[in-house]
Amino acid sequence: MTATSPPTVQTVIVAPPPARSRGRSVGWWGMVVVIATEGTIFLGLLSTYFFLRASSPRWPPAGVELPELQLISVFTVVLLASSIPIFWAEAGIAAGRQGTLRAGLLLSFVMGAAFLGHQIYEYTQLSFRWTDNAYSSIFWTTTGLHGLHVLGGLLISLVIQVKAWSGKLSAERHVSMEVFSLYWHFVDAVWIFVFASLYLSVHLR
Amino acid sequence: MATTEVRPAAEEPEHLEEIWEDDPGIPGFFSTIDHKRIGKRYIYTCFIFFAVGGVMALVMRMQLAGSDNTVLSPGAYNELFTVHGTTMIFLFNTPVLAGFGNYLLPMMIGTRDMAFPRLNAFSYWIFLFAGVFFYSSFLVGSAPDGGWFAYTPLTDKVYSPGLNLDFWGLGVAFVGISTTVGAVNFIVTTFKLRAPGMSLNRLPMYVWSMLVFSFMVIFAVPSVTLAAGLLELDRLFGTAFFVPKAGGSTLLYQHLFWFWGHPEVYILFVPAAGMISMIIPVFSRRPLAGYLWVAASLVAIGFISFGVWVHHMFATGMPALALSFFAAVSLLIAIPSGVQFFAWIATMWHGAVRFTTAMLFALGFLLVFLLGGITGVMVAVLPFDWQATDSYFIVAHLHYVLNGAVVFPIFAALYFWLPKITGRMLNERLGRVSFWTMFLGFNLAFFPMHILGFLGMPRRVYTYSSGLGWEALNLVVTLGSFAFGLGVLLTLINAVVSHFRGARAPDNPWGADTLEWATSSPPPDFNFEAVPVVASRHPLWDQQPLPVADSGIDDATRAFGPAGAHEHTTPITGGLRAAPETTMRIPEPTILPVVFAAGLAVFVVGLLVQALVVGVAGLALGLLGLAWWVWRIGEH
Amino acid sequence: MSPLRHTAVFAWVLAATLALAACSGSTDALDAHGSESRHIAGLWWLMFGLAAGVYLVVGGFIVLAAVRGRRGKPVGSRISPSMFIVVGGLVVPTLILLVLAVVTVTTTDALRKPSHDALRVEVQGERWWWEVRYPGRQIVTANEVRVPVGQPVEIGLVSDNVIHSFWVPELAGKVDTIPGQRNVLRFTAEKAGTYLGVCAEFCGIQHAHMGFRVIAQSPGGFERWAAEHASPPLQPESELTAQGQLLFQRLPCAGCHTVRGTEARGKAGPDLTDFTSRATIGAGAVENTPQNLARWIQEAQSIKPGALMPDLTLSGDEVAALVSYLESLN
Repeated sequence: MTATSPPTVQTVIVAPPPARSRGRSVGWWGMVVVIATEGTIFLGLLSTYFFLRASSPRWPPAGVELPELQLISVFTVVLLASSIPIFWAEAGIAAGRQGTLRAGLLLSFVMGAAFLGHQIYEYTQLSFRWTDNAYSSIFWTTTGLHGLHVLGGLLISLVIQVKAWSGKLSAERHVSMEVFSLYWHFVDAVWIFVFASLYLSVHLR
Repeated sequence: MATTEVRPAAEEPEHLEEIWEDDPGIPGFFSTIDHKRIGKRYIYTCFIFFAVGGVMALVMRMQLAGSDNTVLSPGAYNELFTVHGTTMIFLFNTPVLAGFGNYLLPMMIGTRDMAFPRLNAFSYWIFLFAGVFFYSSFLVGSAPDGGWFAYTPLTDKVYSPGLNLDFWGLGVAFVGISTTVGAVNFIVTTFKLRAPGMSLNRLPMYVWSMLVFSFMVIFAVPSVTLAAGLLELDRLFGTAFFVPKAGGSTLLYQHLFWFWGHPEVYILFVPAAGMISMIIPVFSRRPLAGYLWVAASLVAIGFISFGVWVHHMFATGMPALALSFFAAVSLLIAIPSGVQFFAWIATMWHGAVRFTTAMLFALGFLLVFLLGGITGVMVAVLPFDWQATDSYFIVAHLHYVLNGAVVFPIFAALYFWLPKITGRMLNERLGRVSFWTMFLGFNLAFFPMHILGFLGMPRRVYTYSSGLGWEALNLVVTLGSFAFGLGVLLTLINAVVSHFRGARAPDNPWGADTLEWATSSPPPDFNFEAVPVVASRHPLWDQQPLPVADSGIDDATRAFGPAGAHEHTTPITGGLRAAPETTMRIPEPTILPVVFAAGLAVFVVGLLVQALVVGVAGLALGLLGLAWWVWRIGEH
Repeated sequence: MSPLRHTAVFAWVLAATLALAACSGSTDALDAHGSESRHIAGLWWLMFGLAAGVYLVVGGFIVLAAVRGRRGKPVGSRISPSMFIVVGGLVVPTLILLVLAVVTVTTTDALRKPSHDALRVEVQGERWWWEVRYPGRQIVTANEVRVPVGQPVEIGLVSDNVIHSFWVPELAGKVDTIPGQRNVLRFTAEKAGTYLGVCAEFCGIQHAHMGFRVIAQSPGGFERWAAEHASPPLQPESELTAQGQLLFQRLPCAGCHTVRGTEARGKAGPDLTDFTSRATIGAGAVENTPQNLARWIQEAQSIKPGALMPDLTLSGDEVAALVSYLESLN
C-alpha cells in the first residue's frame, strides 16, 4: 500500500551529522552472525559426541576400528593451509590486485577440493557405516555435515571466481570476497575442533 | 549548520513512489522485498494458523467436556494435540513476533528497509512453505501424532512407522531456517541501519527486545534443528542416535530438544514484553520507568534462559544434585521478570492511564502473566514439580504464559499498530467486548486446569473415566475455551471490517513517541523521505519539530535526505552513537528468494518420500538459487 | 465493567470452582497418604500462601496504578519508580525466592532416600499396562502394586519400549520409565487404602488407559497376599472352567499371557495369574466384570482401540468357558 497523504509531523531539515570511518559491510556482519549459529550446530554435534561417549560403558563400542590417522592428518594440514591463499586473495583485491585475487581463490579451491576428495575416499575405507551404532552415527554425521559445508564453500568459491575473472570485484567493492573468506576461515576452524574431538581425543586416554 | 526551514511535505512524492513500489499483480506478489509488505504477510498468515490451531483446541475440548466421550478417536485426538502445539509455537507465536518485528523494527530505528531485504523475503517463503508442508500431512492422512515435543523412542521408526513424524521432524528443521535468517537480519539491521544519534541507550524497548530475541534464536535454534534432524536421520537413514540398544541415548533427545525449548519460550516472551513496554508508556502518557533496568532485565533473561532447560526433565531420574542446580537457576529467572513487572507498574502509577483497547489487553496481560509467572516459580521447586509436571497443572501454567503472556500482548499490538499498518482505526467498542470475552474466557478455560492437575489428571489423554470427579471442571474449561475463541473471533472480525470500513487513521492516533509514528498511516513505501536525526529516547515527544537529515555530498551521508530516497538507498551507520558510515543500495524486487525457498522445499519433500529424483531436483534448484544470490550480491 | 468489579466476579467464579473441586476422586495429590506426597503437599500450601499474598498485593498495585490517574493527570506519590523497581522487582522477589530455594533443598533432601529395609518392587512400563514384579518372591502381576503400610518401598522403574511415567499422586511424585536406564522411586505408604495411579508421559495411542492401583495394606495383610499369590493356582473346579483353561492354551491367549503353574507362558501381555483380584480390565479401560470380560475377549479394539489385544472371533460357548476360567484365576 502506498501513502495516501504526506506525514503531518512537523520536520526541520538539518545537515547530516559528521561521518565516521567506514567499518565492515553489512554482509560481513551478517556472515559473523551466520557463523555464530552454524558454529552452535557443530558445538551441539560435538556435545552429542561427548554425551554419548560419557553414557557408554565402552567407547568406541566393541568391534569398531578407529579411523586411521596418517592421511587425515595430512589433509587436515592441507585444509587449514587453504586459508592462507584466502588471506592473500582478500588482501590482494583490497589493494586492487586482480591477479592475486584469482590465483588465491583458485589455489584455495584446489586445496579444499583435495580435502573433500580425501574425505570421500576415507568414507569408503571406514570399517563402520552410519547405521552400525551411536558412535558410527555421530562420526559420519559430524564429518558429513562439515564436508557439506566444505562443498558449499567450494560452490560459492566457483561463483566468486567467475565474478573475479569477469572483473566484477574491485579494491573499493569486493563484499562477496570479504564474506566468503570469513566463511572459509570458519569452515577451517570448525575442522580443528572436529578433528581434535573425533579423531584425536580417543587416543589421549 | 541547521536551517530552520519547516517543510511539511515530500517533494515529487509520485516519482518517489514509482521508484519504491512493487510490480503490480502476481509478479509483484512473488518478487517483493519490502519489509512492510513482508511483515503484513507474516501477520496475516500467522493469524490463519492461529485460527486453525485454535479450532483444533476447541474440538479437543469438546472431546474432553465429559468422561468417556466419543467425539474423537484416540488417534485423531493425538494428531490434534500434536498439531495444535506445533502450530502455536512454530507457525503462530514465533513467526508473528518476527512479522511484527519485520514491519516495525526498520521504522522504529528510522531506516527505509532491513539490512538484507532479499533474505527477509526468503525467510517468509520458507515459513510459508514449511507450514504448507506440515499441514499437507492431513491431506495424506498422516498428521504428526507424537506430541509437539516428539520424544523418542515413541517417535522413532519402530513406534511411529508412518510418515506422520517425518512431517514433524522435517517441518521443524525446515522452519528453523526461516527463524534463523530472520534473526540475522534483525541483528545486523539494528546495529548498522539506525538513524543517526540513535545510540543503544535510545533504542525503543521493543527494538531491545527484538535484539535479545534474535541472539537467543541464533544460539538456541541449532539445538532443535539437531533434535529434529538427528531424529530424522534415525528414522530415514537408520542411524542410532536415540537407540539405547545401539549405544544411543533416549535422554539425549530431550537435552537437545529442551536446550532450545526453554529459551524458545523466552524467545516468545521477550518481544511480547517489548511490545508491552511500548504500549503502557503511551497510554500512561509518560516514558517507561526504569529504561535501563528493563533493558538489562531483557538481556539477563536472554542469558539465564539458557541455563534452565533440565527443569523440563525433572522426572527423568537424573541425580537430585544436578536437578537442584537447575531448580535454583529456574528460580533466579523470576527476578528480571519481576523487575520489568514493577517498571510497568511504576510507569502507570506515575502516569495517567487511558483505557483504550490496546491498554486493556496490556492490563489483562499483566494479570495473566502474574499468575503464570507465579506458577512457573512453583514448578521450579523440584519436589513440587514431581507432582505437577506432565499433569494439567503444567498445561495451565504453559497456557498462562504462552497464551496469556504472549497472545494478549500480540492483541494489544494489533489494536495499537494496525492503524499505522492499514491506515484504518479498529472499532474500540468491539475491541472492548473482544477483550473482556477473551479475558474471562481465558481464565475460565485455564484456571481450573491447575485444580485438575492436583486431582491427578495427566496431560495428553484423549479421554478420562467417570468416577474420578474430573467432569465438572473439564466442562467449565470447555465452556471457557469457547468463550475465549469467541473473543478472538471478535477481534479478527474487527480487524477485517475495519480494514475496509474503519475510520481513517491519522499519523499518530495515540500521541506516541517513537519514529514509526512520524510517517503517514499507512506509511509510504520508502518510510522516510529524509532520515530523522535522533537525540532522545522519545523523538516525537522531545524533538519537535523532528529534525531530518539532508543528503550530504559524500558516500557516507548521501543516503540521508531525499536524494537517498530517490536513489533507492538507505544510510549505514555505526558505532555507539550511530554515526554515518556509508550508503546501502536496496536491491530491486526479485523472485530469487522464492525460487531458492521453493528449491529447498522440494528437497525436503524428496526426503519425506525418500525419492532420490525429487531430492536431487530440489537440491539442484536450491543450489542454483544460492549461486544466483552470490552472483547478485552487490559489490558494495 | 470496571476492573474492580470484574475482580469480584472472578473471585466468585474461583470460589465456585474450588467448591466443585472439593467433591473429588481418589487421585488427589493433596489427599496425601504417602511420605513423599505429604512433604510435597506441605510445600504446596506454603507456596500457595505466598502466591496468594503476592497475587493480591501485586494485583492490587496493578489495579490501583491503572485507576489512580483516571482524571487524566498523574497523581503524585511517595513511592518513586526506583522504589517500585528495586523493592518490588528485586528485593522482595529475591527474599521470597531465597525462602523457596531453601525449602526446595530441604524437601528434596528428605525425599527418595535409600533404606536398608525397603521392600523392592520392579515395575516395567508396557504398551499400555504395567508389569509388576517382586524380585525374590516370584510374584508377577499387572497394573497393581501392593505395599505394606509403614515400610519403605523401593520401586525400580524400567521400560523396553517407549517412555512412560509412574504417577500415584496420593503417595508420591512421578518418575519416568526410560528405555536404557533404570529409575527408582522411594516412598512409604502411611495409611492403608487403594490409591489410583496413571501413566503421566504420552506413550502412544492408549496413554489415556494406562491406570494402575497401589494397594497399601497392613504388614500382616501384605504377607498374606504375598503367600497366597505365591501358591499355585487351584485346579479348575467346574467343567466349564476346565474347558476354558484348555481353550486358553490352544488359542492365541497363551502366546501372549502367562498363568503360573500352567503351560501359558506368553510375555507380550500381562500375567493373568491373579486376574480376578484386579479391579479393571485393560489398565483402567473397563471394570473387571464377567460381561466386560466377555466383551474384552471378543472386541477389545472397541473398548481400547489400538491396544495390542486383538479382537477374537469366538462362539458364545467358547467365550463363556474362557470367562469362567479367567474369573477363577486368583
